[in-house]
Amino acid sequence: MSAHDGVHDDGHDDGPHSSFSGYMVGFVLSVVLTAIPFWLVMNDVISNRTTAVLVLGGLAVAQILVHMVYFLHMNGKVEGGWTMLSTIFTVVFVAIAIAGTLWVMFHMNSNMMPAHEMHGQLSS
Amino acid sequence: MAHSPTVTGATRAYHLEHEPHPENGTALGFWMYLMSDCLIFAALFATYGVLGRSYAGGPGGAELFDLKLVAINTAFLLLSSITFGFAMLQKQLNNKGGTLAWLAVTGLFGLAFLGLELYEFRHLIHVGATPQSSAAMSAFFTLVGTHGLHVTFGCIWLVVLMIQIAQHGLTRANKRRLMCLSMFWHFLDVVWIGVFTFVYLMGVL
Repeated sequence: MSAHDGVHDDGHDDGPHSSFSGYMVGFVLSVVLTAIPFWLVMNDVISNRTTAVLVLGGLAVAQILVHMVYFLHMNGKVEGGWTMLSTIFTVVFVAIAIAGTLWVMFHMNSNMMPAHEMHGQLSS
Repeated sequence: MAHSPTVTGATRAYHLEHEPHPENGTALGFWMYLMSDCLIFAALFATYGVLGRSYAGGPGGAELFDLKLVAINTAFLLLSSITFGFAMLQKQLNNKGGTLAWLAVTGLFGLAFLGLELYEFRHLIHVGATPQSSAAMSAFFTLVGTHGLHVTFGCIWLVVLMIQIAQHGLTRANKRRLMCLSMFWHFLDVVWIGVFTFVYLMGVL
């Protein structure tokens, strides 16, 4: 073990190797994935609110993946897969926390309303 | 007595020959910090998701948010991400001057982002949408402000690291620090994707 530590000075500590083309591909993809949602909303392209929310959410997820892969150099092999594992854990946790919170709170909102307003609509 | 303590043998080993620790402990450790930071933002996003439309009779997102301003801010942060990437490429070439130059450009984009964000906050407070005015504005200022605070500390870190690199060059320690700051900076851009989508774009729908 200690012999292994002795020869550790092999430059592994300055992170993954990155390339100009990798950054440029990531940058161009992010610009496109940023421009589309702003264009959609600023020009009122989608009139249905639910559809718009779903499209915007999908574009955001796509852009986050682009940033993860091209800027944060994420893949299944870094750190022997531990980076990926901790990220999957975080994503699952975040999804449960946000979806669970919204689910519970909106149900409480509609069920705890004063009786005369209680017809299923949410206070907004 | 199957588990006699006197059992000896060359095959019994209590330590693995090679401990399965990752090659690059700092990167993994810093990633863990970023993931825990992610949980803070998850809580703030969930809070905004619940309270984001409770304006207490005040003006809503469609009247308050200036999307052109947000688009410019998003561009600043995206550009700062790519210029940080260029700094990392210069670091790989062991070009100290180039690294410092691109870090300086990154810092300027970061400051431009902060300046515009503070201008927006000042404008909101000026028209009466203060953090105290409604649950939605409390959640808004907490979420966007926490992100802005991260960018502020990122800028301070950037300046400190630039001084370190200027004085000591691209040593191993400085390259490691640069890698951590690069992860932090790109992570903030990822969080901003969530902010501009869920707070601003969906807020004006």
